[in-house]
Order: sequence, then structure tokens, then C-alpha cells
Amino acid sequence: MKKETWKELPIGTVNTQAGNSVVNLTGTWRSGRRPEFIEKNCIQCFFCWVYCPHFAIMVKDGKVTGINYDYCTGCGLCAEECPTKEKAIVMVAEEIKLAAGRKQ
Amino acid sequence: MKTTKILNGNQTIAEAVRQIDPDVIAAYPITPSTAIVETIASFRADGLITGEFVCPESEHSAMSVCIGAASAGGRVMTATCSQGLALMWEMLYIAAGLRLPIVASIVNRALSAPINIHGDHSDTMGARDTGWIQIYSENCQEAYDNFIQAFRIGEHPDVLTPVMVGFDGFIISHSAEVVELEEDAAVKKFIGDFKPPFPLLDTSRKFTVGPIDFTDYYFEHKRSQIEGIENSPPVIEEVGKEFGKTFGRPYGFFEEYKMDDAELAIVVMSSAAGTCKDAVDELRSEGKRIGLLKPRVFRPFPHLKIAEALKKMKAVAVLDRSSAPGAFGAPLFTEIRSALYDYEKRPKLVNYVYGLGGRDIKVEHFKDVAGKLERIADSGKVDELLGYINLRE
Repeated sequence: MKKETWKELPIGTVNTQAGNSVVNLTGTWRSGRRPEFIEKNCIQCFFCWVYCPHFAIMVKDGKVTGINYDYCTGCGLCAEECPTKEKAIVMVAEEIKLAAGRKQ
Repeated sequence: MKTTKILNGNQTIAEAVRQIDPDVIAAYPITPSTAIVETIASFRADGLITGEFVCPESEHSAMSVCIGAASAGGRVMTATCSQGLALMWEMLYIAAGLRLPIVASIVNRALSAPINIHGDHSDTMGARDTGWIQIYSENCQEAYDNFIQAFRIGEHPDVLTPVMVGFDGFIISHSAEVVELEEDAAVKKFIGDFKPPFPLLDTSRKFTVGPIDFTDYYFEHKRSQIEGIENSPPVIEEVGKEFGKTFGRPYGFFEEYKMDDAELAIVVMSSAAGTCKDAVDELRSEGKRIGLLKPRVFRPFPHLKIAEALKKMKAVAVLDRSSAPGAFGAPLFTEIRSALYDYEKRPKLVNYVYGLGGRDIKVEHFKDVAGKLERIADSGKVDELLGYINLRE
């Protein structure tokens, strides 16, 4: 994405691109750990979906299906809040990959 | 029709606020500007103004309310001084960064410690790099005139920058003077409507105000902010001229008093300039070729115009009503000395700090300064770059 010069920016630190958080991949902030979804332990309580600050819990047809690593920052809230005895989300070490940054 | 009234500085500003009737006024009382806020509150209670008046729990909150209301698209003002302005600190930068043309009436007062409620310029001088336009007033009339012009200047689409208008605590805020008030309708007409570029209450467009910038955008946004205040000089000039045409009292960046054939000059701002005029009159009657330059606009600093006005002097004394501990000189002095750097032939400059915590400066003190200027002009030497006036040594 071409970045504007200072003369091209709207006056007053205004962002006119509504919903542009979609192009900013917060998953690039993640380092060290990431949540892993274990479907067989999931009771579909949606706690992880409620608590995730980055809307990174994927849902299809009313069911949690996994984690969107483009936006997951690895904060661990989902794993912390998962109420099942055998956790449906656990934090695991991840190999750090250089992320792509903004989507083109 | 104009009305002539006897008012002190605080009452004068309150009258201007009544005439302008901003959409939102958010302010917290603090000596010596309390009477502005109290009077506005009673105007509101009496139905003389229609704007919202908010008295939050602190000045930090007052400026925050101003920022929210201005972001919504309102014409907004506040009044404060000293510790109150200091408590607004981080919000001052945000108002400027968001390009919100909030107008603040500042009754200049010393900063603690030691605690002191009297007039000096430490408060606004400390805020000189917050990105706000700064205008200083000599008396009640100038405070009124500058306050009205501040809205036109700040709200101009090329400028969109907050403006603070200062006048000296107690010396002006609590001293009654004869003030000419313009007609309410004439003031409203002069100011006109404010058209904010991105009012949050405009729900027809989608945008976010003030989101986080990382290393890839912060610098560009800051540079864009600087453009607003850099665009302001022609606007300040035009508004000052139009004010003169409309109301008979024109304004520029500074006032020159008996400077035409002067060889020596004193530079001093705000109320002390009035005393200095008396001193210049006396010195002139003794045959001394001395004049006064009274800066009105400190931010943006009119460096070229001031340098042109001073370049032919033999010696110039710059008087600051604030100190800058550890700096090369006090704020006004360092600006002026820098402004003259590019001139091959330039006057000798000396800096005097005066009047901290409301300490008096009298005609005799200005005459002492004139005597020192004569010696500097004769010898071509400045022995002490920074001195203090009326201080027990």
C-alpha cells in the first residue's frame, strides 16, 4: 500500500478509511506463543469469542472453528477463559515467522 | 452602537464570551481567572447565553471536554491560568494535534513553587511549543479585541489551530479600565460561522479522529499539523486589518511606539508595555532616541518582521516576564536574538527578566534599562547578557 505524504493527509489526524483495521494485521504483533484450538474438547460456550479483543476467533455455522492468526496477537485470554476441564484452547510455542504486515 | 463601560479584564472577557456565545464552554475556576468562569456561569443561568457550560473536576478535564466538543464540530472555549494551564498540558498538545480551533483565555500568572497568584508569563511561555497560537494583550481593550479575533484566526480553514489569548493576572484581570464594547450583532457578524472539516456529528461520512500512529505515519501527521500555524501569519494580518476597518482598532503582529528615529529599543510584552510607553515619553522629552516594540503575537513568532524593525538599532533590551532556567536566555530574548542572526549589521542585545510573581516594574526601572542601553551602545559591549530588574541582589 502506498503511504501518503504529509500533504496528502486529511487535516487533523483523521482516518477516512472506515474499517481499515482489516488491512492492519495485528497478528504481526504476536511473538513466542499462540493459541491452538482442540476441537474435540470444545463445548461451544463462546467464551473465547466474547473475550478475544481482536475478533480472531473464527465462527462458521454457529460454531467455533478455530483461530485467525492474521489478527491473533497471542495474548492468551481465550486459553485463560476456556472453561472446560480438558482445555479446548491451549497456548503453544510457535516458530516466529516474519509476517507480511499490511495486506496489499 | 458601541457602548463604553468600566470593566476589569475578567469582566471584559466574560462580555466577549456572552457576545460570541460559543457552543460549549468548559472551564474550572482558578485565581485570577475565576471571575471569567463565574460570570459565564451566571450568564448561562440568566439565559444570556445559549451554549453549554460545563464545569468539570479539573482543568485537565476542562480541556478534555473542549477537545470532545470541538471534535463534534462545536465552537469551543475555556479560561484558565497558571497551575490550571499546567494541568491541561498533555491535552493542549492533543487539541493542537487534532487541529481543533479551541480558544483559551489565559490570565497570565506565575507557576509554583513557591506558590504565588500574581501576574507573570511563566504559564503561557511554558506552553509555547504546544502548537497553539499565542497572542498577548496590554490592557482590557486589547484582551477583548484579541479574544474576538482569536476565533476568526483559529477557525480559518487554512489554520485550524487552537489559540490562547493572554493578559496579565491582577494588573489587568482585576483592574477596571474604560473599555469599548462593540454591538453584539456586530461581533457575531465579524466572527461568522465555524465550518469544521471533520465534525463527528456529521454521520453522513465515515471517519475516525485521533487513532494511533506508528513510526510510519506520526511524522507526516506532525508535519501536517505544523502547516496550520505556518499558514496563520497572513490570516492574523488580514483579521487584524479587518478588525480595524470594522471597529476602528487595527492590529498587527506587534506595536511600535516612537520607533521611527530610535537608536535604542526596549522590547516588552503585555501590561508592562503600558508603563514602558510612559518611560519612553519621559526619555524622549530628555532628548533620548528610544522606542518600544511590543510583541502581540508570540506564536507564530514574527521573526522576519521583528528583525526588520530592530535591525537598525544600536542596542536593544529584551524584557521577559518569565525565566528559562539553564537556557541561553529567556524565551522572547532567544527568539529575537536568533531572528537577527542572519543580519550582518545588527544591534547589541541584552536580556532582562522582570516581574516574576507579580513584582512591580515602574517607569524608573525602564529608565535604568535605557541608561544601560546607552552604555552598551557607546561601548559596543554587553557585559552581562542576562540581568534581573527590581530584584534584591
